[in-house]
Amino acid sequence: MAEHNHHFDPAEMEEWYDFTSSSKRKLIIGMLAGLAILLIGAFMVSKGIGIGIEHAHEHAGHGHEGHEHGLPGWAKRVVANLWMNAEFFTGISVIGMFFVCIQYLSWAGWSSILKRVPEAFPAFLPISGGILIILYFAFGQELFHWRHEGVMDPESEHYDAIIAGKSWYLNNAFFIVRTVLYIGLWYGLWVVLRNLSKQEDAVGGTEWWYKMKNLARVFILVFAVTSSTSAWDWAMSIDTHWFSTMFGWYHFASWHVTGLAVTTLAVISLKEKGYLRWVNENHLHDLGKFMFAFSIFWTYVWFAQFLLIYYANMPEETIYFRERFSGYGGIYKAPFFINLLLGFLFPFLWFMTRDAKRNQTFLKVGASVIIIGHYFDFYQMMMPGLVGANAGFGLIEWGTTLFFASAFIYVISAQLTKASIVAKNHPMLEEAVHHDI
Amino acid sequence: MSHVSAVVRPPLVTGGKSYHDITEDVCRQVEGKPTASWKIVFGISSVVLFLGTCSVFWTWWDGLGNWGLNKTVGWAWDITNFVWWVGIGHAGTLISAILLLFRQKWRTSVNRAAEAMTIFAVICAASFILMHAGRAWLAYWCIPFPNTFGSLWVNFNSPLIWDVFAISTYFSVSCLFWYCGLIPDLATIRDRAKSKVSKFIYGLLSMGWNGNTKTWFRYEYVSLILAGISTPLVLSVHTIVSFDFATSVIPGWHTTIFPPYFVAGAIFSGFAMVNNLLLIVRWTFKLQDYITIEHIETMNKIITVTGSIVGIAYITEFFIAAYSGVEYEQYAFINRAFGPYWWAYWAMMTCNVVTPQLFWIQSIRRSIMWTFALSVVVNIGMWFERFVIIVTSLHRDYIPSSWAMFSPTIIDIGDYVFTFGLFFFLFLLFAKYLPVINMAEVKAVMKSSSERFPYKVKPGKSTGEKVTE
Repeated sequence: MAEHNHHFDPAEMEEWYDFTSSSKRKLIIGMLAGLAILLIGAFMVSKGIGIGIEHAHEHAGHGHEGHEHGLPGWAKRVVANLWMNAEFFTGISVIGMFFVCIQYLSWAGWSSILKRVPEAFPAFLPISGGILIILYFAFGQELFHWRHEGVMDPESEHYDAIIAGKSWYLNNAFFIVRTVLYIGLWYGLWVVLRNLSKQEDAVGGTEWWYKMKNLARVFILVFAVTSSTSAWDWAMSIDTHWFSTMFGWYHFASWHVTGLAVTTLAVISLKEKGYLRWVNENHLHDLGKFMFAFSIFWTYVWFAQFLLIYYANMPEETIYFRERFSGYGGIYKAPFFINLLLGFLFPFLWFMTRDAKRNQTFLKVGASVIIIGHYFDFYQMMMPGLVGANAGFGLIEWGTTLFFASAFIYVISAQLTKASIVAKNHPMLEEAVHHDI
Repeated sequence: MSHVSAVVRPPLVTGGKSYHDITEDVCRQVEGKPTASWKIVFGISSVVLFLGTCSVFWTWWDGLGNWGLNKTVGWAWDITNFVWWVGIGHAGTLISAILLLFRQKWRTSVNRAAEAMTIFAVICAASFILMHAGRAWLAYWCIPFPNTFGSLWVNFNSPLIWDVFAISTYFSVSCLFWYCGLIPDLATIRDRAKSKVSKFIYGLLSMGWNGNTKTWFRYEYVSLILAGISTPLVLSVHTIVSFDFATSVIPGWHTTIFPPYFVAGAIFSGFAMVNNLLLIVRWTFKLQDYITIEHIETMNKIITVTGSIVGIAYITEFFIAAYSGVEYEQYAFINRAFGPYWWAYWAMMTCNVVTPQLFWIQSIRRSIMWTFALSVVVNIGMWFERFVIIVTSLHRDYIPSSWAMFSPTIIDIGDYVFTFGLFFFLFLLFAKYLPVINMAEVKAVMKSSSERFPYKVKPGKSTGEKVTE
């Protein structure tokens, strides 16, 4: 390929994204519509009118850790949806940072041409993280069994010795400190990385690459620990009695593949708008391989966790899958299997061939399916513990997701305008331009 | 693959080597007479192998009663050594398969020796299965086929039989992968051979390779397909090894994180062994320009990453034991760290989690002596990891009256020594009679990644600065 007569000029690589006012308007309408649908949905459910799949209170439940406290079912469902989406989108955002850092640490060249896209994702962290913190302060007692009145108090009739035994980790102050720390560290390190990245554009030279590599080390060290602990805090502790050593990595694997799918969709939609001229089917192929491989990785982790619990069949562990399989009148069976179908089977077959990974339409379909599949992963992770028999899939779910998705796209688009979409002075850029697989 | 290389990338072939130099440098020891040092080392490993073989024969003659097992600790050195060797056997196919899929150019100098190591390590691991079978000649009973002995049939529910399938598949595919990669190089040796005998033997082995475009095309295609098949296999083998423990209800064994954590540990120990072998090979065969400090540093980085993953898994297990509130689980971990086998636990922690962190320091990562020493330490640590998991979980079971300790007998030790003899015996034969570096694949990355033919990207052209060299 490229011989010495070839001309490569970083200045020509620069591309600036135009966040048009019509896109802004559409996204704001999306957010407002999401909120409106959410409110209408909540109102209707509270009045007992169902659109979509609604599970009313007549399901007797499956003896799960008391949901009789506090808010009415419909309100719990609203809170649960907000929590679940905030966590889901926090994951997508932080995976943007994770992806960029891994590219630096592994000396990847091909991705330098599109790295600005995932690099924009963590801009959403203050919003999704902020929502998590607000929800915890406002509804912590609704969300977490370990926050229920009296579970830690030996005098109380609600005393639960097992939960009380976890109070050294699951207590209000420590939980808040941890949550703030996760969001703060992830966002803070991203701000530093983003600044270095912009300075590289302005000044040029290879020193920024080395600096970002060093920063990537710090982030990966932080994330190696916090990706697991945040999963224990935000998701595993919902089912307070239950535990699994794999849970942190399983939760991370779900976030990761979703983040890759969102990256792919974002890259393709930018390309369709005429940006990222130098991104071609070779780069898309790599993104496709990533989605394929990490769908399988997620499945591997999912299966290992499931099989070991199923095989050993210890009551304190199997209850988790029992609840999802046959608990609450079997309402979680569908999301459980949709998750497996869309998270594993579909991408596994869909992305099997080389051609599929090089075709934009195929990639768009595959990426969307992965995102939906993992939405249901989080749904089945959280809802049984959060709302039990009051779960459903209707206007509340559609509205919340529409709101979060529109807000995410808005914030990311706004962030994309703040630097050239192509990191023109990235030392690996010419490798990426010549990428050919 | 593109030949453009960024300026920040160091070369992978140094010393201004040309295409012809590669052929000469790698073929030299295949074509020459065995050197004195090779003969000495080979002699020593043959003696070790002989002594070990005596021990193995005694194991079979006398029965497993001559191992240090007792009714509480029914599994100890045998399975520890088995898992240890299988773990080491991971890096080779990982380098070849996963790094090929990831288009890592540095793999080309190290893949051949690493794959050979894999195969020999798996053979060593398998020998413990045969020893443990007691009657090695009945080992074929592991294969599920209708038999004439009555209703005897393998237990498909047992992860041990999954092991048989996983490891035999892995072994077959690894051999195939390794051999396919050898064919072009064998043809090179065939074409250069002077004596009739070596012409015939290498001719037979190279299967009529003629080096035309179509053959190369097939070579690349087969490599890619085998890499695709091997990648899940690499993961599956140690996953299923971990199932041997994790499907049980023994505290300390039944934990869901086992599969990926075992895989990470296996890669960790495998890379350490590759480091040790390659450091010796590059020195004795003078291959410093092909197995460069960059290669060693990269492998040390992988050791640091996988060692840290293992460390996180240890801490996760400890945390979840505390968090779960299950007292048996909690006791298992307290007993590990502070019980009678505390020294094994802290040896594991130090060697696997603490010392590999020294590789964060670049000068240590790039030092031959440090790399060699720390790689040995890693494999000591990984041996202790398996010992800790297996023996400390078993020796104090649910009934305190049956608590016991394990100590190895001379036969336990002799059987372990046997595998060392076998491993080095086979590896030395390989190093003498086959090319230790994949010449054809190193040649393929010369354009992009050698000192002699570099086309380097000049960075920061817009501002015109920071052009090294």
